[in-house]
Amino acid sequence: MIETLKFLIFDNLVYILAIVLGVILTVAYLTYFERKVIAFMHVRMGPNRVGPRGLLQPFADVLKLLTKEIIFPKNANKFLFLIAPIITLATAFAAWAVVPFDDGWVLADINAGLVYVLAMTSLGVYGVIIAGWASNSKYALLGALRSAAQIVSYEIAMGFALVGVLVAAGTLNLSDIVRAQEGGVINWYLWPLLPLFVIYYISGVAETNRAPFDVAEGESEIVAGFHVEYSGAAFALFFLGEYANMIIISALTAIMFLGGWYSPFTGDSWIAQPSIFWFLAKTSIFLYAYFWFRASLPRYRYDQIMRLGWKVFIPITIVWIMVVAVMKVYHVGPWWN
Amino acid sequence: MIISPELFQQIIFYLFATFTIGSAMAVVTVKNTIYSALFLVLCFFNTAVLWLLIEAEFLAITLVLVYVGAVMVLFLFVVMMLDVKQVKASQLKQSYTKAALLIAAAMLVQLMILFAYKLSDQIPSNELVRQEQGYSNVAEVGATLFTQYVYPFEIAAVILLVAIVAAIMLTMRKREGNKQIDASKQININPAERLRVVSMKAEKATTQAQNEEEES
Repeated sequence: MIETLKFLIFDNLVYILAIVLGVILTVAYLTYFERKVIAFMHVRMGPNRVGPRGLLQPFADVLKLLTKEIIFPKNANKFLFLIAPIITLATAFAAWAVVPFDDGWVLADINAGLVYVLAMTSLGVYGVIIAGWASNSKYALLGALRSAAQIVSYEIAMGFALVGVLVAAGTLNLSDIVRAQEGGVINWYLWPLLPLFVIYYISGVAETNRAPFDVAEGESEIVAGFHVEYSGAAFALFFLGEYANMIIISALTAIMFLGGWYSPFTGDSWIAQPSIFWFLAKTSIFLYAYFWFRASLPRYRYDQIMRLGWKVFIPITIVWIMVVAVMKVYHVGPWWN
Repeated sequence: MIISPELFQQIIFYLFATFTIGSAMAVVTVKNTIYSALFLVLCFFNTAVLWLLIEAEFLAITLVLVYVGAVMVLFLFVVMMLDVKQVKASQLKQSYTKAALLIAAAMLVQLMILFAYKLSDQIPSNELVRQEQGYSNVAEVGATLFTQYVYPFEIAAVILLVAIVAAIMLTMRKREGNKQIDASKQININPAERLRVVSMKAEKATTQAQNEEEES
């Protein structure tokens, strides 16, 4: 019993806390970074009042949100209304369990890691749907319906892109997928799976309801979509969940296509050593791209989103899976020597 | 108090089995259709946990991915779109209950026959066969599916595809006066077809002051 307790506390709970706190802190400063990046692109200053260079702004925002009242709309279903943001946040955090940060730095090294991540990210839509329905508001319901259709559509393209990775690496274990890409920038799956890489990332942006696919929120059409009725801490949870999902999509793209913790350089110098910093740097590239999209692209029209998902992405992924399979069978180098 | 791992596992099993049956019962007894769908989600989740307990982690995660992540989302989508009215007990036809009980009883008898006679020698009698750590049941399921059962698997896939195509064909209809936009036409539009650039002679600017001058 003591052994079990020790195992639970020291081998699991500590890691879980480290990951969750890390993600929450990253989310806090991601919001600051986002505002600064977009301000820079708009030739503005961005947040610069709270603390030196505005660095305490995220904490001011969190305190503001936590002290605000949670307002229940009339005739809203209270239980579902409260549980929806919790579902969003819980699924966003649950997916982090299988993400390998460095060689061996993973909470749960399970064989079906890739499927697990896909399952967890697809569950996030429940938070959106339940929130939209429980709010008893037409804007919220419209946002929820849009989001449901969009996420289910893009999940197919995303799943097919992952099938390509699966064929290439021959395993569902995320750590093994990274290990299959060892040896410099040429060995990354970015090159043989280039179309799948692009499609996976764009589908990821659509899956997290971010610009230019943020029709679920669409301020100019349906106010704020599914979370229009949320305020205070409940809104903060939605916010946290959305950003945690953004980070996980970026991290997965880095793991599956950019060789995770491996350095792009080869040789014995210090810069060629694999480390967690490479993983974090690669993740940051995609996080930056999220903000870049948001600052520079107009929102897609809804029918065009559906067209892009069904008529462009899915056919390309299906064709490219065949191409990857052929390349693998004929041992095309340097990936499958 | 010391709990042995076996007892612990049994406690977990009975806990989640109770949840599974309870939520399955709730699916058919609650009045609100949305609650029904959400209880079905809970039921799938608990079934996935039970499958995890027999170390079928790939099947458990796939259950969550396919049924909870995709099928039930569409179910909820449809239920919310349709705005189904709450059904009162008096509106329910009694014959449905009888028919349902009959079908359930028939299925129970079939299952009992199957387990008692056909599968009795295949079911391990006492203990679950456990594999050592690192055993990948993903690879095992894949190998069996694509070698031993490849024809049933492919035929099932084709049947599903045909069903999808048929369902789409049934719901597709062209309405009169439909103003649907053809996206490829929009993308391939040529500015020269829509815009006419007219060259004009530069006009002399007439300002307020000039106007007043002319008037006076």
